[in-house]
Order: sequence, then structure tokens, then C-alpha cells
Amino acid sequence: MNKTWNNKAWFMVLPMLLLVLFSAAIPLMTVVNYSVQDTFGNNVFFWAGTEWYEQILNSRRFWDAMGRNLAFSFIILAIEIPLGILIALNMPRRGWGVPLCLVLMALPLLIPWNVVGTIWQVFGRVDIGLLGRVLEGIGIDYNYVRDPLDAWITVILMDVWHWTSLVVLLCYAGLVSIPDAYYQAARIDGASRFAIFRYIQLPKLRRVLTIAILLRFMDSFMIYTEPFVVTGGGPGNSTTFLSIDLVKMAVGQFDLGPAAAMSIIYFLIVLLLSWIFYTVMTSHEGER
Amino acid sequence: MNFSWMAWTLPTVAFFGTIFLLFVGMSIWEYVSPGGNPRFGILRFETTRGDRLFVSLLGSAFIHLAWLGLVGPNLWWALAISVVYAIGVFRFV
Amino acid sequence: MVDAKQTIAATMRELPLEKPADPAQKTQIERRMRRRGTASRFWWLVPALYIIFLMLPIYWLVNMSLKTNSEITGTFSLWPQQPTIRNYMVIFTDASWYSGYINSIIYVVMNTVLSVAVALPAAYAFSRYRFLGDKHLFFWLLTNRMAPPAVFALPFFQLYSAFGLIDTHIAVALAHCLFNVPLAVWILEGFMSGVPKEIDETAYIDGYSFPRFFMKIFMPLIASGIGVAAFFCFMFSWVELLIARTLTTTAAKPIAATMTRTVSASGLDWGVLAAAGVLTLIPGALVIWFVRNYIAKGFALGRV
Repeated sequence: MNKTWNNKAWFMVLPMLLLVLFSAAIPLMTVVNYSVQDTFGNNVFFWAGTEWYEQILNSRRFWDAMGRNLAFSFIILAIEIPLGILIALNMPRRGWGVPLCLVLMALPLLIPWNVVGTIWQVFGRVDIGLLGRVLEGIGIDYNYVRDPLDAWITVILMDVWHWTSLVVLLCYAGLVSIPDAYYQAARIDGASRFAIFRYIQLPKLRRVLTIAILLRFMDSFMIYTEPFVVTGGGPGNSTTFLSIDLVKMAVGQFDLGPAAAMSIIYFLIVLLLSWIFYTVMTSHEGER
Repeated sequence: MNFSWMAWTLPTVAFFGTIFLLFVGMSIWEYVSPGGNPRFGILRFETTRGDRLFVSLLGSAFIHLAWLGLVGPNLWWALAISVVYAIGVFRFV
Repeated sequence: MVDAKQTIAATMRELPLEKPADPAQKTQIERRMRRRGTASRFWWLVPALYIIFLMLPIYWLVNMSLKTNSEITGTFSLWPQQPTIRNYMVIFTDASWYSGYINSIIYVVMNTVLSVAVALPAAYAFSRYRFLGDKHLFFWLLTNRMAPPAVFALPFFQLYSAFGLIDTHIAVALAHCLFNVPLAVWILEGFMSGVPKEIDETAYIDGYSFPRFFMKIFMPLIASGIGVAAFFCFMFSWVELLIARTLTTTAAKPIAATMTRTVSASGLDWGVLAAAGVLTLIPGALVIWFVRNYIAKGFALGRV
């Protein structure tokens, strides 16, 4: 659509802008201020310069947590996106099955995050949980409290359980919006199922997939509540993601300066990755 | 209303002031010559001067971080590299 | 069913391929097709298995909420042996429990209304006009979802204290706008771009003023978009815990925070915990039920 150039449109954006700025800009500036100072509480601050940044950038703890976060985001994207597309492709298109599927699938999305954690904490427990009991029953040594690998599997399974539906809903919406004429043309040509997917459905999914991948990346990169409830970051530090580390630092040890410096670095990395992705995914829109 | 909890310091005031002035400057530039001078640079996609400013700022942030992590606390050199980088971005991207 | 080779040939002829398929790729496609061909009769298995996977942990929670604590920890059973509603009675008779639900619902509804109200004109501006810095503004909006809430909790607390809003519903509603407004703008912009611009122009020629056009003609056209946006705002506000817990102490304490406190204070009352968890599912389930047709139809209309 060719849009007209009109700077008065700013007046329509203004209420939204002020509302978001109020909650976005002031806390962000405060965090930047914290990150260059030291404090012992009571709003008394001492200039620390770039000390915290140096400390964070040279600490094993930060890079380990960062590595875990990147691995986690990569794994859940690699599972959730293809799985979501597969399920969306096989969803019913009409009839009573549509609302049923949508309602049941959307259910995990509407559970408060700490309840999600609680559900999986209980579900996976060896003594009272269904998953733990069944796995034990068939002879698999599974215990997410002790074994780091089991803890990872539990956290990833939980995230897949929690969020794949978002990908399904978005992809389903994208698929339904493809006009029937496209499919009819493909049928006349005798195109295979795979060809239909590759050349008709996938291009149409581009926009919804952009949204799905961006949302999933950003949210999984700052995941906090669910793994904190399930594993508390353990065993050891094996599931201590950046956010969990941040809270330990800011609330547990009241090291505001380092925590602020860490969240600035963290924010910059998410910003960079999201910007690259956003640019790559939208740069083709102008050509079409 | 008390805002002392925001813990302002002179350097951070200067930092945010500079960013704010950059925005104002860009707006005036855009007002004087609208359109943002879009072109295809070495990154193979269309950029306007706003995009170039964003790339410069984000890149400078990472240059400073890399300097702190790899070299040391003397950030004037990092600032110099960032300025060269920003000029490069505005020239070629 | 059409013969596989023939299908491939037709596909190659009709659909614009970037490069001619080499034999290896061809056999690969054929193999995939054969697999798909047989699997397609059982397409319903995929969503069905997925839904079973989704329902199992939820079932286990419901199961637990109907058991006594001794049964939960003592025996292992797939369904409650002595069903009890004691756990639910605890919640419905204790004000510190049920007020949590009321508080959550109040601020979630406030947030949803607020987010959609400010997002509507903004999304209209983004979908209809180009203006100074529009693309950067749009990306900046998205960046508000990227900041880790963990460290922002303290400045948030300070900010809302400075305005005397701590422990009010409006504080949580305002804070949740940070990540809900960008999403609402994003979704609504997609829907609005799907409405042809000629409709606006015709309405103006017919003498409609902008507010009247927006309320009378435009909003009904994107009603399903508003439904979808409201659904997402409700969802993200309902599930968020960290900020909501930071900004409230007692008067506006959300249910999710009540749960965390009770778990640590009274040892582990699994039954009540499970019952509280089950009750947090209900508002969400109701909302999905109301917007189910919007989700199915609504998403389809917009380009999302």
C-alpha cells in the first residue's frame, strides 16, 4: 500500500508513545546510572566508572550463563518452529474441530508463568509426578533435581509445552489467509504436497514466522520464572540462565552496579541479534 | 516528587544529553532535506540516515564493550575508533 | 492419487523453480512425498498427539487438586481415590487467596483496555501514513520487549513510588503496557493494512469526520483484529509475575504472587497449591472460549 507522507500522524502516535516512554525510558536511564556506580542502599551512590563492565566482561560466570542462554534459545527455536509449522499444517480447516483445537492448544499460553513452573515441577518429580514415575517405571534413571542433563530436558520440554502453541496459532492464521485459488491452481498442476508447502505455503508464512521467531527468541532469552520455579538454576549452575543470575545478583546480594552493567550488556546483545533478524526478514518486503 | 533515586551523575547526563541532541539534530536534518537519503550500501540492503545512525550507535556500544573486555579501562581510544567507525558507516553503508 | 513421477514433472513445469532439480534432490522429494502420501490419511494424529501432550500435565494438576495431601505424597494413583474439595474450600473461604484472583482480573482488564485504546490510533497512523522516524519508532517499540525485567524491577518500584502508585491496580496496568502496547500496535497494524485505503477516502468524501469514521466504519471492519489484540494483551498481562509482584504489597497483590508466598510459608501444601493453579487456568480458558471464533477467523483477515 502506498502511504501518504503526513507528519501530523505523530499526534495519533503520541498517547501511545508517552505511555510506553513513561515505563521504558525512566527505568532504562536509571539502570544505566546504576551501572556506573556503587551503592550500599539508602540511595547513596559512589562513582565506580566502568569497573562493573570490566568485571562482568571478564567473568566466567557471565559468559557461562550467556552460553547457556544462547544454547537454550537455539534449541527451543529449532524444536518449536518446525513443530509448530507441522502441527499448523495438519490442523483441521473447518468444522467443529477448529475451535476445539484452538481452545485446547491456547490453554498453556494463558497459565501464569510460575504456575507453569509449578505444573512441571510436580509433573516431573520422581515421587509424586506422572512423568517422573512413568520414566522410573520403565527403567530410565531420571531425576531433574540431581542430573544436569535431566534438568535441561525438563526445562526444554516445559518450554516446548508452554510456547509451541503460539507458533501454531500464528502459522495457522497465516495458512488460513491463503486464498483457495492458490490451492486450486496447484491441484490443477498436480503439485505434490511438498511443492505446495515449499512454494505456496512457506512464502505466505514469512510474516507470521518473523513475528513467531522474534517473540520466541526475545522471550526465551530472558526466561526467568519457569526454570527458576522448576530447578532454581540447579543442579549446580547448570540451568542458571542470565535472568536468574541477574536476580541472584541484584536481589540476593544487592550488587546493583554489576547487575545493572550485566543487564545493559545483555540488552545490547538481544538488541543486536533482534535487529539483524528483523532487518533480514523484512528487507525483502520492499522488493515484492 | 523526588527523583534522587535515579542516581544521576554528570557523565551519564552528558551521555543521554548527547543521544538526545543527536535525535534532535537528525530530526532537523530530516526536516531540511526529507526522505532520509535512502541507498543500497555495502550491507546489501536499503538504509536511510536514521538506520545509519542506529548502526553507528549500536556498533560503538560494542566497540566500547570489546575495548573494556580485551584492552583496558582507557575508553578514549575506543571513542576514537567509534568515531572513525561512525564516519565509515555514514560514508559506505 | 497421481503418479509420483508425473506429479514431479508437472510441478517442475508449472512452478517457478530457482534451479533445475538434480537427481539426488528429485529422489529425495519423491521419498518425502511417498511418506506424506501415506501419512496424510492420519493427519489428525499430529494435532491429536500434540493436544494429549498438552493436556497430560494439566490433568495431573487437576488430579492433584482433588486429592488430600496424604494421598498425594503417600500413594501414586492416576485418579483421586478419595476425591475431596477441601483444597478448593480453603481458597474460597480465605480472603487472602480469593482477593488475589480479583486483583489480577482488575489490573489485567485495565491493562487490556488501556493498551488497545492507545494502540488503535497509533496502529492507524503506522498503517496509513509515512512520517518522520516511523520505521525506527516501530522497531523501538519492539525493543521494549527485550529488556530483562529482572533488573528493571527496582527502578520500576522507585518510579511508581515517586508517583505514589505502589500497591494500586493502575500501577501494574501501566507497567504491563510496556510490553503489551507494542504487541497490540504490531497486531493491529497488520489488520488495518488489510483494509483498503479507498474505504477511508470514500468515507471522507461522504462527509464523515475522522472520529466518526473511525468509530462507525473502521472499528467494525477490524473488530476481529481488536479481539485478537485484546486476547494477546490479556494473555501477557495475566501470566506476568515479576513486575506485578514488585509493584504490589497487599491491596493489589496478584494471585500468582500469593501462590509463591504460600508455598514458602506453610511448607508444601501440594493440594491447595494445585487447586490454586487450576483456578488460575479458568479466566484464561473463558477468554479463549469467547475469542475462539476471532482467533480462527480474525487472524485470517489480517495479514498478521
